[in-house]
Amino acid sequence: MTLLTLDFFFVAGGCVLAAVGGLIAADAAHPKRWGSAAFWLLLALAIGAGKWLSPTVVGYLVLGLTALIATKRVGAGHGGGVDPVVLKERAARLGNRLIWPLFLVPTVAVVGGLTLEWVKIGDFLLVQPKQVAQVALGIGCFAGITLAMRTTGEGPRVAAQEGGRLLQLLGWAVLLPQMLAALGGVMGKAGVGDEIAHLVAAVLPVQIPAVAVLAYCGGMALFTILLGNAFAAFPVMTLGVGLPFIVKAHGGDPAVMGTLGMLSGYCGTLVTPMAANFNLVPARLLELRDDFAVIKAQVPFAAAIWVFNVVVMYVCVFRR
Amino acid sequence: MIKLIGLVVVAVGFAFRMNPLLVVVAAGLVTGLVAGLAWHEVVTMLGQFFVDNRWLTLPVILMVPVVGLLERHGLQERMATLIRRAAGATAGRVLWVYQVLRGLTSMVGMGIGGHASMVRPLIVPMAEGATATKLGGVTDQARAQIRAHGAAAENVGNFFSDDIVVAVGAVLLIKAFFDNAGVDVPLGEIKLWGLPTALCVIAIGWWRYRRLDARLARSAAKPAAAREVKGPKP
Repeated sequence: MTLLTLDFFFVAGGCVLAAVGGLIAADAAHPKRWGSAAFWLLLALAIGAGKWLSPTVVGYLVLGLTALIATKRVGAGHGGGVDPVVLKERAARLGNRLIWPLFLVPTVAVVGGLTLEWVKIGDFLLVQPKQVAQVALGIGCFAGITLAMRTTGEGPRVAAQEGGRLLQLLGWAVLLPQMLAALGGVMGKAGVGDEIAHLVAAVLPVQIPAVAVLAYCGGMALFTILLGNAFAAFPVMTLGVGLPFIVKAHGGDPAVMGTLGMLSGYCGTLVTPMAANFNLVPARLLELRDDFAVIKAQVPFAAAIWVFNVVVMYVCVFRR
Repeated sequence: MIKLIGLVVVAVGFAFRMNPLLVVVAAGLVTGLVAGLAWHEVVTMLGQFFVDNRWLTLPVILMVPVVGLLERHGLQERMATLIRRAAGATAGRVLWVYQVLRGLTSMVGMGIGGHASMVRPLIVPMAEGATATKLGGVTDQARAQIRAHGAAAENVGNFFSDDIVVAVGAVLLIKAFFDNAGVDVPLGEIKLWGLPTALCVIAIGWWRYRRLDARLARSAAKPAAAREVKGPKP
């Protein structure tokens, strides 16, 4: 048994979302008042109480959230921004004290991640070893919000309101990473990965070493672009193309192949909207008008790094 | 082949710029139904995967009140003020330094950083502040470029220096995969072969952010040059 589980933080997250939904419902001037309030309140339920609801109920909740988005009933509130002159005055008054809460979060997360595993109260572990990193980050966020409220002298209501302002900028994007993981799961169960690996092996002349390397690195990138996750692509491509054609047929070094193959997959992550938490969510968060702006900035990076990976793999993998 | 129809839904949906959430949910439903599951089963599966992956969304939800509150009290303005004091700071240099630092922490397996907790509140205001000081202002277009590259610096720094010193994520996954497949691969070698790419990424970053700086300088210089040509000569 453990005393502090991740569930506690899911409930806390649910409370934040519920507060955001409640504040929207109370805001008569909100352009999409009821649709938005319903969206954040339903999401609060799915995140906060997800563990105790039946998966079927959560599934229908998710469909409900999607329906609200698809029918354009969810939107951001009216700015609520502070006058720039006032902001400058406030910034001058608080100075560097404004920065500490932001550094407190990762500091607590790192220190907690290293130590919480060993904390015992009586015979009970404080935290389950598998959850240590996430629980530590959760504690870090709590420490951060406490310090931020002390520094600024604001209460939880303003914190929820300001958090809501940023969450509404994100809108549907906040849900996307989770839904993509769900899609990946469904595709995995349906056997989509094996199908693709067979296709690559059947279509390309992988008996030539250079083609095998290209097919493996290209397949890692392509499959990651389609599924949005290099970790999902890795076992499929390595079983289907890497191991049989690079290691077994041509005697390649599996350490070189596996590492550079994974890194080639990351190049795919940089250019796909399917990796929403890395590419689309930040575009929203940074208030960029083009949802694909981050991807566009990353394409040259991805191309250059991918070519480098292929060259290093080809030069080094068959060395021994 | 019919199983791949979910990927077709995704490709077509994104190509026509339909709402990504709708596209993804539709693709999941179609893939499940084509694989022979009943409607009810597919919805249950979606619900189960949603619950299992809640940890993906949680950090953002818990972090936004902290960032929002500090922004309301002038955090971004403060960062811009700080960077103004650093002589020689440019948007590109700020981003390059952040990418390298992000890479170094990620090398020892620490997840310091993030779009919500670092890029929006600290890095972007510093990069924009540096540009404002150096070039006398930031246009909307320059702002968009700086922000997109800021997000890129976070991603690139995060991805390509994984676990080279302390293994936590990807390296362990690779090791576990090879163990399961019955291939003997030492952990140390997997870590080592990540190093060339990590160094290459620092160099590529240097080139990319230098180009960003050059582009920002050029677009700031243009209107002034145009005015000179038109205006009457003294």
